[in-house]
Amino acid sequence: MSQPAVDMQNLVKTFGGGRSLFGRAASEVHAVRGISLTLQRGETLGIVGESGSGKSTLARMLVGLEHPTSGSMAIEGKPWSELASSGTRAFGRAIQYVFQDPVASLNPRKTIGDILDVPLRLLCGYDRDRRARRKQELVDAVQMPLDTLERYPHEFSGGQAQRIAIARALAAEARILVLDEPVSALDVSVQAQVLLLLQQLRDELGLSYLFISHDLAVVESISDRVAVMYLGEVVETGPAARLFAAPQHDYTRALIASAPRLTVSDSPP
Amino acid sequence: MTPSVTTQPSPNRRRSNWQLLMANRLAAAGLFIFGFILLVAILAPVLPMPDPNMTDQPNRLLPPLSQGHLLGTDHLGRDILSRLVWGTQISLIVGISATALAALFGSLIGLVAGYARGVTDSVLMRFVDMLMAFPYILLAIAIVAALGPGLLNALYAIALVNIPFFARNIRGVTVSIRNREFVDAARLSGKSHASILFTEVLPNVLPVIVITMSTTVGWMILETAGLSFLGLGAQPPTADLGSMLGQARAQLFTAPHASIIPGIMIFALVMSINLLGDGIRDVLDPRLRSGALDRPLSVTHIARQTTPAATLADAPVLVVDHLFTGFANGGAVTPAVRDVSFRLGKGECLGIIGESGSGKSVTALSLMGLVASPPGVITSGAVYIGGQDVLSLREHELIALRGARVAYVFQDPLTTLHPLFPVATQIAEAVMAHNQVSKRAAHQRALELMETVGIRDAADRASAYPHELSGGQRQRIGIAMALANDPDVIIADEPTTALDVTVQARILELLQDLRRERGLALLLITHDFGVVAQVCDRVAVMKNGEIVEQGETASILRAPQHDYTKRLIACVPELGEGHAFLDRVRPLFEETRL
Amino acid sequence: MTAYIGKRLLAAIPVILGLSIIVFLVMKLIPGDPAQALLGSYATPENVARINRALGLDRSWPEQYVIWVDNLLQGDFGRSYILNRPVLDEVIERFGATLILAGASLVICSIVGILAGIASAVRQFGWTDRIVTFFVLVGISMPAFFLGLVFILFFAVQWRLLPASGMYAVYGGGDLADLLRHLILPAGTLAIVATGVVARLTRAAMLEVLRQDFIRTARAKGLSENAVIYRHAFRAALVSVIPVLGIQAGFVLGGAVYIETVFQWPGLGQMLVKAVSTRDLLLVQGGVLVAATVYVLVNLLADVAQAMLDPRLKA
Repeated sequence: MSQPAVDMQNLVKTFGGGRSLFGRAASEVHAVRGISLTLQRGETLGIVGESGSGKSTLARMLVGLEHPTSGSMAIEGKPWSELASSGTRAFGRAIQYVFQDPVASLNPRKTIGDILDVPLRLLCGYDRDRRARRKQELVDAVQMPLDTLERYPHEFSGGQAQRIAIARALAAEARILVLDEPVSALDVSVQAQVLLLLQQLRDELGLSYLFISHDLAVVESISDRVAVMYLGEVVETGPAARLFAAPQHDYTRALIASAPRLTVSDSPP
Repeated sequence: MTPSVTTQPSPNRRRSNWQLLMANRLAAAGLFIFGFILLVAILAPVLPMPDPNMTDQPNRLLPPLSQGHLLGTDHLGRDILSRLVWGTQISLIVGISATALAALFGSLIGLVAGYARGVTDSVLMRFVDMLMAFPYILLAIAIVAALGPGLLNALYAIALVNIPFFARNIRGVTVSIRNREFVDAARLSGKSHASILFTEVLPNVLPVIVITMSTTVGWMILETAGLSFLGLGAQPPTADLGSMLGQARAQLFTAPHASIIPGIMIFALVMSINLLGDGIRDVLDPRLRSGALDRPLSVTHIARQTTPAATLADAPVLVVDHLFTGFANGGAVTPAVRDVSFRLGKGECLGIIGESGSGKSVTALSLMGLVASPPGVITSGAVYIGGQDVLSLREHELIALRGARVAYVFQDPLTTLHPLFPVATQIAEAVMAHNQVSKRAAHQRALELMETVGIRDAADRASAYPHELSGGQRQRIGIAMALANDPDVIIADEPTTALDVTVQARILELLQDLRRERGLALLLITHDFGVVAQVCDRVAVMKNGEIVEQGETASILRAPQHDYTKRLIACVPELGEGHAFLDRVRPLFEETRL
Repeated sequence: MTAYIGKRLLAAIPVILGLSIIVFLVMKLIPGDPAQALLGSYATPENVARINRALGLDRSWPEQYVIWVDNLLQGDFGRSYILNRPVLDEVIERFGATLILAGASLVICSIVGILAGIASAVRQFGWTDRIVTFFVLVGISMPAFFLGLVFILFFAVQWRLLPASGMYAVYGGGDLADLLRHLILPAGTLAIVATGVVARLTRAAMLEVLRQDFIRTARAKGLSENAVIYRHAFRAALVSVIPVLGIQAGFVLGGAVYIETVFQWPGLGQMLVKAVSTRDLLLVQGGVLVAATVYVLVNLLADVAQAMLDPRLKA
């Protein structure tokens, strides 16, 4: 096997800190405290954690929207710092991001065609004709009708908007996608459809996913391996099936015990 | 699920904007008057009027309607009508230019500061704060004092002192847009910061700039007229409306018309602009358009065609009978809850489950008339509490039932608790609303309730404000408040949706214990089958405002009858199922692609 | 709370320093050479240089600024050569009159504006709302200097109810009743615009708050509509109305310039207008600095009041 898609070593992110104008130390928030993880090519790595576990901060660092305080990362073998110094376009070509709130991630004043045009023009450098063809392919790939391109974001439901957001991430032709709670804002039936789409795209295009969610069952359904985060640290990593069947860490056990199940229990847990 | 509030342009925006503006009679009147004034001011050079600066001493201070001088003459015998038209032109040019300058520089500062954040933001906004630190017109006076009186200097001064107003407004909007995810998405699509600022952020900020301009241009005209009135703006013989008034003031007692005419003109001009500006604001502000700022009534509007029986014999604690609730939209009512009926007995728990837009929350709020109205309206049906139809009650009787026999627990306790009152006060208030007790006793009761819902050191936490508590603790406060008057029914509307799973488990446990101990009837609204399975005896499945299926939780989960229920349950991934889940649901969507 | 007030006081210092820098720079905008102006066109280059040295004008701007601030701190605002008295004495004497006028207006606009705003919001789209909205529009569209003249024409000249100008009657006045009689017209005129602004923003703030989730919670508890509006909604709306009152303090301090001119009120505004026309720049500078400093302190008070109402702001 060649080098991993993403390799993180001792990643730390601290917000705040420093000193305010009048010399008092501002309070620090340790969002991520020394995380080491690897994402293999073609793999889906699930990251579970509750609010404040630092999972979103981790994701934002990967795509260059936040700078790590210390530690190192390499994306497809290229050091993070090298990508950072060559600007966000280098990031965009290697790794893309799908946001939790699909409606907020689409500019309400632009058509879907305009939105998809940007990565094709700036990241892929395609000419007009090729962009037009690619846009149709993309819309088709996420199973949306062709007239999608002329319409505005508010004309779509949450599930449709998330498909469009996925199409935008695919447009950059990056091989790695960071999916930050991509189905949390969606209703269950729509959630299942988007999960199916994601799985199909991964298999067809040979993508690698970093899949972040607070929903254990959702993570389990799509991930090969899972990392559990708690207060900025990874407390446990392992293959999805093993981790949920035989959790090692107390926090993982508590999470699994708390998750509501469909089987009706006569006595509450 | 919470509906997301977004600023969405409607499909045929351009045409409907104009129609909306014209539908507002005051704004249309403003537009008409302003248009007329503007036209006359533009046509000043070609209108048959005497030279505005031609003096005629023998005919000074002629009253209005004099021969050849429709509005009379001033202290130098100059024709007031002619001076008025020319003066209006100058006032308009100066006022609009000052607005444009202030809007340009203010918006630029606001956009850059709000987008860049950090040091750039601090430096720019500190500069703006310095300008704001002067009592409004004094800085303009200091600038004119330094540069010397004159129309152009007055224009610069007025523009400068209005920059902070634009900068702060635009910065606020820019910051909120900047935090939206589409800005990050554009960055990852390869756009540069400058390109994002001007092609992604600016189009969303533009309506605010237009609103701010249209609501300040009248003010700017007033301010320039003011400086001219003081003799600091237009210099003789040039006259704008302010300096006409200022010069005529000396003859106020002998020839009041020379003062009053330009005064009325300023007022008419500014008033027409303000009417138009307010109209533009109403059209462009999506919240005003959607009625999101309408004042909600204390009880949902009830408009039932037929009056059902006011009482019901041998009824369980809660009976909902053929309930219809909708949202008024112009003349029509869009239904949100259609023909919903269910019963809930003492100590029982009924779950209402549905996806977003299914009408489950509207159903819950309808029971005690809490659907915001306008636009909410209950069009048919009855809600029996202990056999009495609450929708037939008079307003104060219904209000007396709220929190006493039927209490609510809402979704996000951060927004549903009052941010400015300590938590114990809020619980005590619920006690005092229904009992004649002293403040002390109510406070004591609040502490007991806090202990009941599992808040340790209740006495210490009593004076805490909601923002000082964790999400789970806040929801416990919400539950304590609901328990304050030992209600028969608790309606919990997505009580754990905003919480983490580990916290959710504990809150559900608490609700379960309370139900058992106190024989509470619990109506639980949720989108999560897991929650239903864990807590509810029976469940009703809602879709498009209707209950498609209801029955024992166990049997519905095991053998759903309705296709919609089957599909919903099938779509829920089960922990331990792993990749098998996707293989299982795939056939469901094979035939029916979007 | 004390810590918060201390923090705000500390934060006011750079603002006041900033004010002084802006005033200093504005005075440096003045075209021409002051020494030349002082000596007239017969000045020899040697004399110009001598005067420049004497006035400290040969030093760098930062040095000049430091010397100037040092003098201000010692109470030396310079001397008005037109009035031939120290600037600070004149400014303080005049500022008293302005404070009476502006303070009275601020009280009127706060009380009337807030009450009208609440009434208007509570009866949204009803007759009260329409009437308030109309008067608000008239108020903010009306030039205060014109309204003052109209009031003089009617109340003083036509009906002879109230004095047209001044602060005290020339003969036999001087008591509080006399002051109040003189105060009614100017303070009322000055308050009109500010009242409109306060009423409008109070209405908007109330409507905004009435849609919040915590108001629904208050209703779900079974509170009476009065408790919902006057206890829960108004308390929350007040948090956003208080800074508006702070800004109105600036409007009435600034607007006093017109009103004092129209009503011959012997305050700072009238002094400033005269000083500008006689180019008595030291007087302008002193007057603006003192008024701005007081305004900064008023806003500081507004900040503290807001923080007392909203515990989230103290963090």
